[in-house]
Amino acid sequence: MIKVVHYLNQFFGQVGGEEKAHIEPFVKEGFIGPGMALNAAFKGQAQIVATIICGDSYYAENEEKAKNTILEMIKKYEPDLFIAGPAFNAGRYGNACGSICKYVKDNLNIPVLTGMYIENPGVDLYKKDIYIISTKDSAVGMRDAIPKMAALALKLINNEEIGTPETEGYIERGIRKNYFAQERGSKRAVDMLVKKIKGEEFKTEFKMPDFDRVEPNPPIVDIKNAKIALVTSGGIVPKGNPDKIESSSASKFGKYDIEGVFDLTSETYETAHGGYDPVYANKDADRVLPVDVLRELEKEGKIGSLHRYYYSTVGNGTAVANAKRYGQKIAEELIKDGVQAVILTST
Amino acid sequence: MRLELGKIFIKDVQFSDETRVENGILYINKEELLKEVSGDERLRSIDVELAKPGEEVRIIPVKDVIEPRVKVEGKGGIFPGFISKVDTVGSGRTHVLKGAAVVTTGKIVGFQEGIIDMTGEGAKYTPFSKTNNIVLVCEPVDNLPQHEHEEAVRMVGFKAACYLGRAGKNVEPDEIKVYETLPLLEQVNMYPHLPKVVYVYMLQSQGLLHDTYVYGVDAKKIIPTFIYPTEVFDGAIVSGNCVSACDKNPTYVHMNNPIIEDLYERHGKDINFIGCIITNENVYLADKERSSNYTAKLVEFLGADAAIISEEGFGNPDADLVMNCNKIEEKGIKTVLVTDEYAGRDGASQSLADSTPKGDAVVTAGNANELILLPPMKKIIGHVEAADIIAGGFAGSLREDGSIEAEIQVITGATSEVGFGYLSAKGF
Repeated sequence: MIKVVHYLNQFFGQVGGEEKAHIEPFVKEGFIGPGMALNAAFKGQAQIVATIICGDSYYAENEEKAKNTILEMIKKYEPDLFIAGPAFNAGRYGNACGSICKYVKDNLNIPVLTGMYIENPGVDLYKKDIYIISTKDSAVGMRDAIPKMAALALKLINNEEIGTPETEGYIERGIRKNYFAQERGSKRAVDMLVKKIKGEEFKTEFKMPDFDRVEPNPPIVDIKNAKIALVTSGGIVPKGNPDKIESSSASKFGKYDIEGVFDLTSETYETAHGGYDPVYANKDADRVLPVDVLRELEKEGKIGSLHRYYYSTVGNGTAVANAKRYGQKIAEELIKDGVQAVILTST
Repeated sequence: MRLELGKIFIKDVQFSDETRVENGILYINKEELLKEVSGDERLRSIDVELAKPGEEVRIIPVKDVIEPRVKVEGKGGIFPGFISKVDTVGSGRTHVLKGAAVVTTGKIVGFQEGIIDMTGEGAKYTPFSKTNNIVLVCEPVDNLPQHEHEEAVRMVGFKAACYLGRAGKNVEPDEIKVYETLPLLEQVNMYPHLPKVVYVYMLQSQGLLHDTYVYGVDAKKIIPTFIYPTEVFDGAIVSGNCVSACDKNPTYVHMNNPIIEDLYERHGKDINFIGCIITNENVYLADKERSSNYTAKLVEFLGADAAIISEEGFGNPDADLVMNCNKIEEKGIKTVLVTDEYAGRDGASQSLADSTPKGDAVVTAGNANELILLPPMKKIIGHVEAADIIAGGFAGSLREDGSIEAEIQVITGATSEVGFGYLSAKGF
């Protein structure tokens, strides 16, 4: 019998919601939650022998420790296969599923599999390393996802040839493989052109990556009267992180009033960012968000004014789609507030 | 401009005392051929060998491949600007020894020359494993500068192809194919309800042994211009390239440009194929800007509704491809791009050096970095030790038993960006 170990977060592991996100990993014999449907989908060809449940926050904040603890738990069952999730569009859960799958694959050399929604930040981080079944953005998609996960898992364990993303239902990993087509390239090009002209559906053989280039705006003509705002992906927040912006794959951005603030100090501001050494940012957050310098320029009359609010999020592992949405929302507000220029800082 | 292409099918090639075509066999008087191609002091020796489909033969390093053709009726001759005077070609009648090919080899000129295997795994990747090859082994004198070496070998290939082509002058072709493109306004009026299509034909012109010639002119020095598609069938465009073997266009491929052939196939049915724009791929940004601006302007000027754009080479020319695509699409003209990929040996890297969301219709000729193991061959024509230094090979590519492990980049025509081959790639 093929032995499978399954990984779930606190919610799908039926421990609790966000209030239980801090729980440390523990093992349950057999299956639970989505594992029931998954086990059934194996139709007797494989069996979930154990389920590991871990809180999303715990995993995110203690990744190294969590990975190793979980690996030891998995080893005891000598599984042939490891499955995590599906995580749908849950960012921290997706990252945990991707991270633990890769770790198990690298250390135990067994097939691994997870499932996520295409915009889950875990997708971009791990799709090159592991197979991720493409799911809907919420648990509503469980019924679609489970049979696909079971089918691909069995193929992986039986060492069968894995088909294209369309046929197997996984998210394209960006690995290019050659094959001989039925028609020569020139004929394929002419056929594609005729379809494109007629407005018929055609399928490109290579999807050009969209680098989303942004044309720089023209320089400010009257800088002495310009209202300038600060926006950062470096995670600078008022001390205590009032909006609880996540240290990785942020699900939100914050807007903070700096009226009367002339200098960011270690008593008043800090970074929420988990992707760089925070020591110097926490000592003096002006290093990431230069409020002090802009106040001086304001005083000297070199700029018109510093905008009353600054915006902040964490760029660490944040999906491009999310980042884009935050950017659009922030830009709308800035325009409405009559801001003429923005200084964007990262880390 | 109307051209009849008379194809004489060649199923075998043999040495003989007289050069002639009889019952589909090309007989060659070796001495006469050598006399025809010799005389260049820059070459120490020239020899001729034959390589036929299915034989255990490897040709390495392959510089160029050329098809024997002869002008039977109409103005000018094959390879204007090199072998013939610079009359405008592309009309009248031309005979082709279809199934025969001249291949040039000898001491390597540049780093980027190819391999043709006549059998085995490698044979699947090159179109020239299916042709009866007349191989000219050209050895240069000592200390010959590379660009002179290139030119000398290039001319030997053209001379040999014209000499052999003449054997078909009075032979009744097995098949005649007629291609015709009218002067622009007449052509537009001929099929007024069909979408007008042009072919944007990018020519490798990065320089330093990366050169293509048009009527004898170095393509670096042209500004994009308009040609009748049939001109290429008479050798108006030739290769002077020593670039990666997989995706350069050997002269043979220019003479048989498959995009032109396949556009003619749909001409008058789904599209109105009004002509070709040739452009270059120079390395300076100003040149790239000028040529892509000029190309887009011409496409618009001609009133085209859609265009196929083919690249030659990779890396730096990816920028030209993307500029051409952007500027043509910005005019509301639909494009299809033909390229190949350099996605790394594991296929996981970024395929192209540049990208545009406007390039939503792309035909790929495959990942040139994919590894292949070429089995040992009984006979080598040329210099097998080149395997370690040609582009796509590496130190240790050539193994003791004579097998070669290398990227398919080493195989002549493996990832043809004018779609001469069948190879493609899928995302997994």
